[in-house]
Amino acid sequence: METLITIILDGLQYSSYLFIVSVGLTITFGVMKILNVTHASFYTWGAYTAAFFIGQFSEMGWPDAFGFVIILVSAIAVGTVLGYLIERGLLRRMYERDEVLIVLATFGLFLVLEDLILLVFGVNPYFAYQPMALLESVEIGGITRDVYGLTLIGVAALVAVLCWYGLNRTNWGKLLTAVIYDREMSEAMGINVTRVYVVTFIIGAVLGALGGAYIAPTVSVTPGFGVDVIVLSFAVVVIGGMGSIPGALIGSIVVGLMRAVAVHELPEVELFVVFAIMAVVLVFRPEGLFAPAKPRKI
Amino acid sequence: MSRDRTIPGLTVALAVCAIGGYFIPDWLMNQMMFGFARALAILGLLVLWRTGLVSFGHALYFGLGAYAVALLDINLGISDAFVRLGVAMLVTGGVGTLLGFILRNYRDIFFAMLSLAFSMVLYGILVKTEALGSTDGFTVSPPTFLSAAPEGKYPLFVLICVFGWLAAVLVQGYLRSTLGRLTTAVRDNEIRVEYLGYSVARAIHIKYVMSAVLTGAAGALTAMALGQVDPDSMVNWTASGELVFVTILSGPGSVAAPFIGSLIFELLRTYAFELVPHAWQMIVGGTLLAVIFFLPGGIWSLFARALKADK
Repeated sequence: METLITIILDGLQYSSYLFIVSVGLTITFGVMKILNVTHASFYTWGAYTAAFFIGQFSEMGWPDAFGFVIILVSAIAVGTVLGYLIERGLLRRMYERDEVLIVLATFGLFLVLEDLILLVFGVNPYFAYQPMALLESVEIGGITRDVYGLTLIGVAALVAVLCWYGLNRTNWGKLLTAVIYDREMSEAMGINVTRVYVVTFIIGAVLGALGGAYIAPTVSVTPGFGVDVIVLSFAVVVIGGMGSIPGALIGSIVVGLMRAVAVHELPEVELFVVFAIMAVVLVFRPEGLFAPAKPRKI
Repeated sequence: MSRDRTIPGLTVALAVCAIGGYFIPDWLMNQMMFGFARALAILGLLVLWRTGLVSFGHALYFGLGAYAVALLDINLGISDAFVRLGVAMLVTGGVGTLLGFILRNYRDIFFAMLSLAFSMVLYGILVKTEALGSTDGFTVSPPTFLSAAPEGKYPLFVLICVFGWLAAVLVQGYLRSTLGRLTTAVRDNEIRVEYLGYSVARAIHIKYVMSAVLTGAAGALTAMALGQVDPDSMVNWTASGELVFVTILSGPGSVAAPFIGSLIFELLRTYAFELVPHAWQMIVGGTLLAVIFFLPGGIWSLFARALKADK
């Protein structure tokens, strides 16, 4: 019983984390048809920025609770700045090119940004445990869990609700849907597609950075720790269907729970199981479980 | 149309390398071995790329080839270079044929993602299985040739050069055959190719198996040249990314391009590591971006321009 609760909590926590990171990736793909490898850089930069400032402000004697503000502000700042620069500086020149080439270009940029981290933040790990220590721990069904990890589930739920609301209940969401279905037609109808692209990309980037910033207090932030995240979120996004937000949710839950089961019951298959699911889903549903319907163009 | 000088050119290059290799210092020979061995994988990716397909998972075959060599060595004590190479190619050919049945129906990003998934499955198995060396991998004993166990790396160097020459000549022959010429036709318009009476799926399947075998051979030769195998630098997705990177760097223009591109990459890596150890990825990334934007034909297009100017 205790193992079961641990598995479920671990799984949900990990799913939430995966969801926050991969929902940004899937939004970017859905709107712009770009599989963005630099998403891993948003994640890493978000984590480094948050960890760095949490450390700084803590030394200056600010209350630990301020850490949560830092997390949010770093995510927004990193996402906006990097997102804007990358969309305007690089991607804008590439929309006419082959999809796969765009992936490679973002891969190139990802490599550059990885090393920039070393130049800016150095090679030593950062620890930003203050927000996590502040929340202490709680007992659920006889198991002690730290509250910070549990808040991750809340944050993910909030992100999911906001995404759903933004897409389905706001004017902006309607514009976005139009652009997703037919870029040229929406341009003809007077939608400023260029602006939609910039904003979408920044939203995706902020979400990626938020994933990194929020996870930073629970880990030691070291060089190269974004590398594994990006392939995992690829798996999540592909399993759910690229461009689908419900898909990203289901994908995260599947991957998160399966991984938790594997870690507790059969650690040897931990990595294997995620990509085996990805392969099986792709084989039987080439577009993923929840691929958005494509309009047929003649 | 000018006469094709690829094969005479390659043959001259082989002779120069094989004879010159006897006199060059060890470090340069090592670089050339790694460069030319990897070039085989790039040659395989080039065949796919000409159809418009990019695989983000060819480390699967690179790893399979390398691990085939290591496992033969450790479990059966087989050190013969030809047997090792043959087994590696058989294994990768088999796996490639099986996966090809699935992958031949995928295009674009889905092809890339599904290949990535397959390669990460292998990576997941390797890093977590103690019997397969886990994250440490294995060391590989130096190769023997038939019954001879020569000193030094020169024999392996010659083997890599000769094998590279053979592979390049065969791929060149393939690209000039009807089946090979379908390559670009498939990229441009699959439906028309089908109307002409050819099976697109079969054409892609054949290319896929070719690239798998070539990449497997690359892995096997690299394992022998390096004397060790490990999952992180050979099977992880970053290894696949590196292969794709060198393919873009080399350019699709000629079967000679992978050898030049791969060697340049190898030298660049060594010097960059020495001069600016923390900026290596930045150099790779920057080069990738520069090639995509300013040199879509890769390094080969520079050579092609120079060759044309000669005439």
